[in-house]
Amino acid sequence: MKRNAAAAGWLSALCMGLGQSYNRQYAKGLLFVLIHAAGIYLVTSKLFPYLKGLATLGDKGQHLEKVGKIFKNVPGDHSVFMMIHGVLAALVFLLYIFIYIVNIRDAVSVGRRREQGKDTRRLNSSVFPWMLLALPIVGVVFFTIMPIVFTSLLAFTNYASPNHIPPRNLVDWVGFATFKKLFTLNVWSDTFVGVLTWTVIWAILATFTCYFGGILVALLINQKGIKFKGFWRMLFIIPYAIPQFVSLLILRNMLNEKFGPINQYFQAFGMQGLPWLNDPFWAKVSVIVVNMWIGIPVTMVLAMGILTTIPQDLYEAADVDGASGWMKFRNITMPFVLFSTTPILITQFVGNINNFNVIFLLTGGNPATMKYNNAGQTDLLVTWLYKLTLDFNQYNIAAAVAILIFLFIAFFSILLYRRTRSFREEDMIQ
Amino acid sequence: MKLKLLLSYVLLVLIGVACFYPALWTVLSSLREGNSLFSDHFWPQQWTLDHYRELFLNNRTDRSIPYVTWYLNTLKVSTTSMVLGTLIQLLTAYAFSRFRFKGRKNMLTVVLILGMFPGFLSLIATFVILNTLNLLDTQWALILVYSAGAALGMFVAKGFFDTIPRSLEEAARIDGASHMKIFTTIILPLSRPIITYISLTTFAGAWVDFIFARMILRTPENWTLAVGLWNLIDSYNSTEFTLFAAGCVLIAIPITALFMYTQRFLIEGLTAGASKG
Repeated sequence: MKRNAAAAGWLSALCMGLGQSYNRQYAKGLLFVLIHAAGIYLVTSKLFPYLKGLATLGDKGQHLEKVGKIFKNVPGDHSVFMMIHGVLAALVFLLYIFIYIVNIRDAVSVGRRREQGKDTRRLNSSVFPWMLLALPIVGVVFFTIMPIVFTSLLAFTNYASPNHIPPRNLVDWVGFATFKKLFTLNVWSDTFVGVLTWTVIWAILATFTCYFGGILVALLINQKGIKFKGFWRMLFIIPYAIPQFVSLLILRNMLNEKFGPINQYFQAFGMQGLPWLNDPFWAKVSVIVVNMWIGIPVTMVLAMGILTTIPQDLYEAADVDGASGWMKFRNITMPFVLFSTTPILITQFVGNINNFNVIFLLTGGNPATMKYNNAGQTDLLVTWLYKLTLDFNQYNIAAAVAILIFLFIAFFSILLYRRTRSFREEDMIQ
Repeated sequence: MKLKLLLSYVLLVLIGVACFYPALWTVLSSLREGNSLFSDHFWPQQWTLDHYRELFLNNRTDRSIPYVTWYLNTLKVSTTSMVLGTLIQLLTAYAFSRFRFKGRKNMLTVVLILGMFPGFLSLIATFVILNTLNLLDTQWALILVYSAGAALGMFVAKGFFDTIPRSLEEAARIDGASHMKIFTTIILPLSRPIITYISLTTFAGAWVDFIFARMILRTPENWTLAVGLWNLIDSYNSTEFTLFAAGCVLIAIPITALFMYTQRFLIEGLTAGASKG
């Protein structure tokens, strides 16, 4: 009886690549041996200092030291770099372990095929998807997952100006103190609750105005008797085609209280202009209206596509029964449109919670207020976070807010995704 | 009935004006003499191309505005990110659509959640990572950031690949075609609409982004258009408005034209995303 599988497995567990060589796959074996050597070198020489750095975040800040006869300013440990190195080291270590496991499993499965006397090369089709995914996974791990892990770690430190900014000072682990501050310390909790409330109100209003506005415009164009349908659609799609960044900065100038053309027209009609972006209430109105200007075209296009798929005989039957226009809209059109666009509605809602551009480029979160700490009246959680990071260097609070946003979004998207048909019945389509 | 139609037309015209007006106003402002935001007349009294000339010649004495350099930088960054991003996104979507491997469902959920997480929430982390890689203030850093996350937006493309019948590949496989060959000779030629959609959105995304660009690029010679223009209006505000308007027109024209021209593909892509449910 042949025992290839077990032997190859044990050999591979002893040292990566041995099992493969035993299976007579020398090239693969050599590759694994090389990875093993690199891995052992890294683990023994680099891993532990880095992990220790991650745990302690350094023990000596910038300090004076006696060099010869004079005292000199000597650079100390840079906590944030120690942290990122620690995270990187941990990641590489996990990767190493993962490859180790893959190596053993590969040796065992090839060994088993040898026992059964099969061709050992026919394993391609399980490897191919991983080949396709290798590059994307590396990209996502380094530029999406690692930043998220790092941000989560920051939330548990005291990394914030003015007292804990490396390289001048050290940063320390503080456990949940940041979250406690955010929820209980009045300066922070008032801002957090205020900004959160406005974020939710904004997301609901912005989503619904755009959604129903888009459907109404689509219905308007789709009416019987309206000519040049293509032309109207083309015209209304312009706001979607212009880069958001440009149109928002332009609109910001148009709404300028003193010199902007909008107030100029108001005055031409003998009315007083409005403080579009400078008054808390009107600033909120402005962002919602401008967001409609940008968002309606998308829903309009979607709704127009769906309207053409509604069977016409439904409307004819309703006409026979003497239904009014409103009844037809409510009982035929809306259910159809709602049914096909619910996922889009939820994605748009989440998108609006994170709608950085409209707020930041239009009002910059202003008008400013004394009530809030480092935030203005129209700031959303994301723009507040951006300001905390880039302008005020309150990294730990910003990180805590980011985690909360992330949890919220993750909850929503899992809820949405698990319910969609495409997830549950994916394989039934073909 | 007549009255209703008339009312509808009035509404349509009003909405049309609202859609078109800001664009028209910007173009007119850029052709106006002087430099202020305020003007008494809608149509310029004096037409001029000076602002455009100023942008291209960069001959101001008080301040250097290397608009042409910014334009080339932006083109370079967006084109490279478009190529890399599209490639990555297609590969990911294809792998998820066509292969059933271990952990696939969990990975799909992870992709969905991460895709909802806007990258700039972990801005400071990205900054530190780029700093450790010694890539700050280079355009490659920007390209890396834009294309590395591209895989997360793969759902539209996956939805598209799902609709390509499997019998095509099976036939090819019986004829002895390899995986790579099937992908390049059967799938890719069939996916032209989705490739157009992805390239266009990634290109436009890189073209207009300023959140990352503002953080990564420090020296004015490295700036992209978005950062440059943002600084132009942020530091000079409404006092240089006509110049700013000219800059805006030049940025918006290629993208707007591209969007209008490829409308059909864009709408197909959007609808594909919608019927995902």
